[in-house]
Amino acid sequence: MVLVLAIGDLHIPHRAPDLPAKFKSMLVPGKIQHIICTGNLCIKEVHDYLKSLCPSLHITRGEYDEDSRYPETKTITIGQFKIGLCHGHQVVPWGDLDSLAMLQRQLDVDILVTGHTHQFKAYKHEAGVVINPGSATGAYSSITYDVNPSFVLMDIDGLRVVVYVYELIDGEVKVDKIDFKKTPTTTI
Amino acid sequence: MISDGVEDEEKWLTAGIAGLQQNAFYMHRALDSNNIKDALKYSAQMLSELRTSRLSPHKYYELYMRAFDELRKLEIFFKEESRRSCSIIELYELVQHAGNILPRLYLLCTVGSVYIKSKEAPAKDILKDLVEMCRGIQHPLRGLFLRSYLSQVSRDKLPDIGSEYEGDENTVMDAVEFVLQNFTEMNKLWVRMQHQGPAREKEKREKERNELRDLVGKNLHVLSQIEGIDLELYRDVVLPRILEQVVNCKDDLAQYYLMDCMIQVFPDEYHLQTLEILLGAFPQLQPSVDIKTVLSGLMERLSNYAASSIEVLPEFVQVEAFAKLNNAIGQVIEAQPDMPVFGAVTLYSSLLTFTLHVHPDRLDYVDQILGACVNKISGKGKLEGKATKQIVALLSAPLEKYSDIDIALKLSNYPLVMEYLDDSTNKVMSNVIIQSIMKNKTHISTADKVGALFELIKGLIKDLDSDDNDEMDEDDFKEEQNFVARLIQMLYNDDPEEMLKIICTVKKHIMTGGPKRLPFTIPPLIYNALKLVRRVQSQDENASEESTASATPKKIFQLLNQTIEVLSMVPAPELALRLYLECAEAANDCDLEPVAYEFFTQAYILYEEEISDSKAQVTALYLIIGTLQRMHTFGVENRDTLTHKATGYSAKLLKKPDQCRAVYACSHLFWVEDQDGIKDGERVLLCLKRALRIANAAQQMANVTKGSSGSVILFIEILNKYLYFFDKGNTQITVASIQGLIELVTTEMQSDTATSDPAADAFFSSTIRYIQSQKAKGGATAEKFEQIKV
Repeated sequence: MVLVLAIGDLHIPHRAPDLPAKFKSMLVPGKIQHIICTGNLCIKEVHDYLKSLCPSLHITRGEYDEDSRYPETKTITIGQFKIGLCHGHQVVPWGDLDSLAMLQRQLDVDILVTGHTHQFKAYKHEAGVVINPGSATGAYSSITYDVNPSFVLMDIDGLRVVVYVYELIDGEVKVDKIDFKKTPTTTI
Repeated sequence: MISDGVEDEEKWLTAGIAGLQQNAFYMHRALDSNNIKDALKYSAQMLSELRTSRLSPHKYYELYMRAFDELRKLEIFFKEESRRSCSIIELYELVQHAGNILPRLYLLCTVGSVYIKSKEAPAKDILKDLVEMCRGIQHPLRGLFLRSYLSQVSRDKLPDIGSEYEGDENTVMDAVEFVLQNFTEMNKLWVRMQHQGPAREKEKREKERNELRDLVGKNLHVLSQIEGIDLELYRDVVLPRILEQVVNCKDDLAQYYLMDCMIQVFPDEYHLQTLEILLGAFPQLQPSVDIKTVLSGLMERLSNYAASSIEVLPEFVQVEAFAKLNNAIGQVIEAQPDMPVFGAVTLYSSLLTFTLHVHPDRLDYVDQILGACVNKISGKGKLEGKATKQIVALLSAPLEKYSDIDIALKLSNYPLVMEYLDDSTNKVMSNVIIQSIMKNKTHISTADKVGALFELIKGLIKDLDSDDNDEMDEDDFKEEQNFVARLIQMLYNDDPEEMLKIICTVKKHIMTGGPKRLPFTIPPLIYNALKLVRRVQSQDENASEESTASATPKKIFQLLNQTIEVLSMVPAPELALRLYLECAEAANDCDLEPVAYEFFTQAYILYEEEISDSKAQVTALYLIIGTLQRMHTFGVENRDTLTHKATGYSAKLLKKPDQCRAVYACSHLFWVEDQDGIKDGERVLLCLKRALRIANAAQQMANVTKGSSGSVILFIEILNKYLYFFDKGNTQITVASIQGLIELVTTEMQSDTATSDPAADAFFSSTIRYIQSQKAKGGATAEKFEQIKV
């Protein structure tokens, strides 16, 4: 059982002062094995904070990130799953699932994690899964109205991944989960 | 030399102890045979060792303790009437025959103790007798120990209320008189020590005096234990007598120690009720006494007393504690004009802590204290060192107590105190303030409060007079400004009008920050404004056109435009470009076509004129294309102009692969999935074909420059775009064109000069799989894809 935190678009300090307190109290060091971050942190303090939760930290570059050395895309293998990571502002039209599917094919990954729209999405199609963890701080987005703070926790176990999404709605944390199974052939 | 002295002392002590023990031995032998005369003779000899002048207090104490032990045994003997073979009165008479006065007095005290216990005479008479006779010893060290002995043996025999020695003749007053007298005499002896001996040994004497101070202080302890002393007695007799002695002795060491001791041993309620008398003594003390420490100690005790129980609070009000303390401090400061600033601030700091505990609702008191502080520190220029630490503590206390920053903002003297801080301390204090706001998650809700707050933290907002700005570490500076940015997120009001005022106030302040700060402080302000636009936008839809409110989207966009312009001139063109595009989208949502167009124009100008780095151009261009793709408010002309420019920029990027990708991204500008969205199949195809040409050119370049064909990845990407639009129903995309591309890729990949690229292989495989899965879907999709052969 491998726990992977997918989080992004915090936009601290431009659009939000800090992570919601309820999220902060849930995210404690030592519980998570990997963090994949879609980008737009935007400052070093946030990077350091995420690093303190888990040393295995993967970040791709968002258009507001202070550190320009983050890569545009990244591919990681965790267990049986190949996971692709990209902020998403490079994929036009923004949030378009078919265009994202193309990126998924290009990176040749089972799970693609992107952000930019600040809206949580978990979408399954024949070739795999596309996940958007939304904005962890509920930051303003020109694309989405009424953004609720959210992040995703993936539980990878063999050929199965359970995707838990945590959303802060009206001050309460609500959890939802979605199951995905990978077929053992090379295709998914 | 000194070591010789110590060695000598050791010798004398040893000799003294030996003599003492020898006489004690004989004394016990005499006691065993009930020979009173001899016992007294040897005990007197034994006690003669205490007549020495050669020992330091520390060593004398050791000798004294041995004598004390022996005297205890003697006392036990005296108690047993049958053994002593004479009455106690006779015994009292007998001991006075001892040759030397010191042994005589020790023996007298010992017998006196037994005498009191026997109750053959009133306790008060005996006590009075003893305390007066001890006057016979005027040597400070010997006298102190003798009286200390008296105090010890009499302790449990005082005619206190409820004690067996109380009666018509013996009252509490007598007990009090006795202890007070002993105290007074002991203090006099103690003070006298200061003036003994040569001037150069002053330090040594003070050290010795310090070793003895508890002997004097013990009397105050004893007094505090006397149950019969109620508030009245304390106020009318005990306190005035003690203070009289303290003031009149005019000795710094004694005054400091005794004031402090008194405050510690007597109950807090008593202090509260006698506050005026107590405080009245302070100005009368020697100027060199560290009054502020004692006063601070008193205020701290009273603060803790107040904190201990809510029921005592009314007492404080009743005795007007605050006013008295405030006055006292004022007087002390006046009486000591040379008191260093940090001393005065410490006093006010203690008073502030006191006030926050006792009168938390009296903001006027808090303000008064700050005002008094301002008076004291004005005219001294900027503060430094210990004083600044104290001031920071002073200013932080109200923040901690009242978690709402609003309250601190109401204190009119607060900003005045901050005026006197030097720049670096101002920053420290500003950070404390912001942290308090962040911790308590307070939202500052009016423009006035925001203005006041930004005035307070101006050390972070702009360069103050000095030019030490350059010395600041870059990382620290970033952290500092990011902190300010987070603060800007905490400013909020539900009312749009007020929110706009807040935004304008913040803008006014941050504009003074200079080019280094603006890239940090402007973006959060922009987003606050954009959030406001969203709020009024929905209101606008409900309200009529003729709204008199000034918080309209149009007005806010004007503000945004001006502000971002400043940012681009910093220069921070990339950031400004992003913000222009965000505003364009917001204007799009409000259906304000001219405003959106203006924002796009500004973004384009920045792109053309200010952004020259290739990588930056690529990112900026994707943002432009992505934003433009979502615009629905543009009419055909405007849209065409902007689109034409965007595709132009794409084709002019430096690297061919970047060109290719940007151009095929532009294809989406002609195909929007919305209901009324543009779906121009032809122009989509034109873009894709253009991308293909660029990919070809790139391939040829690779052949020429590297001798092998470059990667086919671009072709595969374009193939995927063809499939995308094919799937969406663009009739201009034919099966033949797709087929052609597939064959092109296959051929290229199998050619001899091909460079192996596993990523491209994988991409192509997954593309083929996609086509197959589309075929397997059934329905209209399967029909479409059926014709593609893979």
